[in-house]
Amino acid sequence: MSDMPSRPAGSETPPAGAGAETPPEAIKAIKLRHPWRMVLAIVLAAIAVLFIIDAAVNRPVYNWPEVGKYLFDVRVIEAAGYTLQLTIYSMVIAILLGVVLAVMRLSPNPVVKSVAWAYLWLFRGTPVYVQLVFWGLIGVIYKTIDVGIPFTEPWVSFDTGELFSYFFLAVIGLALNEAAYMAEIVRAGLLAVDKGQDEAATALGLGWWHTMSRVILPQAMRVIIPPTGNEVISMLKTTSLVTAVPFSLELFTRTSDIAAKTYQPVPMLIVASIWYLAITSILMVGQYYLEKHFAKGVDQRPAPQRPTVATSATAAVEPGELPGAVPPSNRPGGGA
Amino acid sequence: MNAAETPMVKAEAVSKAFGSNTVLRSISLEVKRGEVLCLVGPSGSGKSTFLRCINHLETVSAGRLSVDGSLVGYRQHGDKIYELHPKDAAKQRRDIGMVFQRFNLFPHMTAVENVMLAPTLLKKGQPKGQVKARALELLARVGLADRSDYYPSQLSGGQQQRVAIARALAMEPKLMLFDEPTSALDPELVGEVLEVMKGLAKSGMTMIVVTHEMGFAREVADTLVFMDGGVVVESGDPREVLSNPQHQRTRAFLSKVL
Repeated sequence: MSDMPSRPAGSETPPAGAGAETPPEAIKAIKLRHPWRMVLAIVLAAIAVLFIIDAAVNRPVYNWPEVGKYLFDVRVIEAAGYTLQLTIYSMVIAILLGVVLAVMRLSPNPVVKSVAWAYLWLFRGTPVYVQLVFWGLIGVIYKTIDVGIPFTEPWVSFDTGELFSYFFLAVIGLALNEAAYMAEIVRAGLLAVDKGQDEAATALGLGWWHTMSRVILPQAMRVIIPPTGNEVISMLKTTSLVTAVPFSLELFTRTSDIAAKTYQPVPMLIVASIWYLAITSILMVGQYYLEKHFAKGVDQRPAPQRPTVATSATAAVEPGELPGAVPPSNRPGGGA
Repeated sequence: MNAAETPMVKAEAVSKAFGSNTVLRSISLEVKRGEVLCLVGPSGSGKSTFLRCINHLETVSAGRLSVDGSLVGYRQHGDKIYELHPKDAAKQRRDIGMVFQRFNLFPHMTAVENVMLAPTLLKKGQPKGQVKARALELLARVGLADRSDYYPSQLSGGQQQRVAIARALAMEPKLMLFDEPTSALDPELVGEVLEVMKGLAKSGMTMIVVTHEMGFAREVADTLVFMDGGVVVESGDPREVLSNPQHQRTRAFLSKVL
C-alpha cells in the first residue's frame, strides 16, 4: 500500500490502486530535542569511565596480574568444564522430568495429578541448598539399595556410598529441584496452545502421542524456551552450591580453594566471574538460535487464530489467481 | 441390507447433555451416501454439538449414532456396548474429515506440511514422495498449488480454510463435516470456500454442513435440517423448506437471515 493518492488528510481511504497521481510531499518536521537525555547519557558514561580507571589503577586488591595468571590455569579450566557438565546434565534431566510432571498435572486422573502436585510442593518449597545436603547424606539414610520382594531377603544389594559418586548426587540434586520449576514452565507452554489445535489433530485421527509431539509441543516451545533459557543460566550459577553435597571440583569451590592458598580471594572471584559470564554468553547465543527455529510460521507476536484482519495486506485474493484453479468452472461472487 | 444401502450417517434418538444442560434432544436423521445435508439454526441450537458427536469429539449421552454402519465411539457385542479404546476411536476418525470455523491449521507448518501430516504419520509404508505428490494434488484441487510453501499466517482466511479442506481430504475420508466453515471469513472471501465445497459435493462426497449460507444450502444441499433448542424442527428439500417453511420457529429464523 505504498501508493497513497494525494488527497486532503481525513478523506475516506481510497480503493486500492486508485493512486496513480503524484505521491504526496514527505513531511519535513524539525526534530523534537531531548536535552535531558543527553545530560543523563554523559553522566552515566562519566561514572562508568571513572569506575574503570579507578579499578585499573587505584585498587591493588583487584590484583589484575593475578587474575591473568589464573584465568587459564588448568585447574580453573577443568573446574569450568565440571560446572558446564553439572549444568547440562541436570538441565537435560530437569527438562525431561518437567515435561512428564507437566503432563501429569494436566492428567484427568486425580491420583496422577496429586502426585505431580505433591512433587512440586516438596521440591519448590524447600531450599535447593538443603536438598543438596540431603542428597549428600543419602548414603547415611539409605545404606544399601536392595532389589527383591519387599520384606523378604533381597536378591541383590548395592552399597549406596559406592554406587553414587558426589558428582552424580550433585546432578540428581540439582535436576530434581529444577524439574519442579520446569514443570510449571512446560505446563504454561502447553496451556498457551489454542485448544483448536488439539481438536484439529484429533479430528484427523492422530493419537495422543502424535498430537503432543507433532502439534502441541512444537508450538508450546515458543512459550517454553525463553523462561527455560533463564533457568539454564540460573542453573549455571546454582551449581556453585553443590559444595553442599559435597562436590568440590566446580568453578566457584575450586577457585575459592585456590584463593585459600594464595590468600588473594578477590582475583579468584574475578576469575570465576569471568568464566561464568563467558559461559552465560555462549548459552545466550544458543537460546537465540533455538528461539528462531521454533518461531517458524509465526510473527514476533503469537498471532491469534482469527485471521480476518491481516488478510488483505498479505494475500488478498488476486483476481487472476482463482478461476483456473478452483475446479468448478464458474465462480461468481459466491453462493447466493 | 448391503453396504451400498447402509446410510453413511444414522442418528437414532441421539441426545447429549453437558451436566444438567441438555443440548441435543432425541435427534433422528439419516444421511445417504453422496448426499449433502445442511444443518441450519440459531446459535445454541445444538447443530455444532451434533456435528462434533459424529466424529466423537463429543460423546453421545443417549441414543445410537453410527457412521457407515458402525457405532461412533462404541463397540457393540451382543447387547452390551463397550467404550472404544482411544486408539480405535482415532482410527474411526480417519474416515471422517472435519473443517472448523476457525480453520485450526497448524501454524508451525507450511500449507503442504499441514496436508501431509496425517498421511505421513498414519499411512505407514507409503513413500514420502508419494504423500507429498498427493498433498500437492489436493492443494491444486482447492486452487492453492502456488501457495504450498506458505505458512498459514501468510495466507488469507479463505486460503487458510481451503488448505484446511485439503488437509481434511488427505486421509481420503468417506464423510466430510463442515462446522460453519465460512463464518470467520470476510464476506469477500466466503465465495472461494463455498466454491471448493460445491466442487466437492459434485464429486460425490457425502457432506454435513453447519452453515448460515442459505444460498449455498439452496443450491447444493439435498436435505436441509432446521434445528432449534436441541431438536430437529423441520427438514426436507432445501428449496421447499426455505420458500415454504411449515413451522413458526423456522419462519421466524428464516425471516431474519434471508
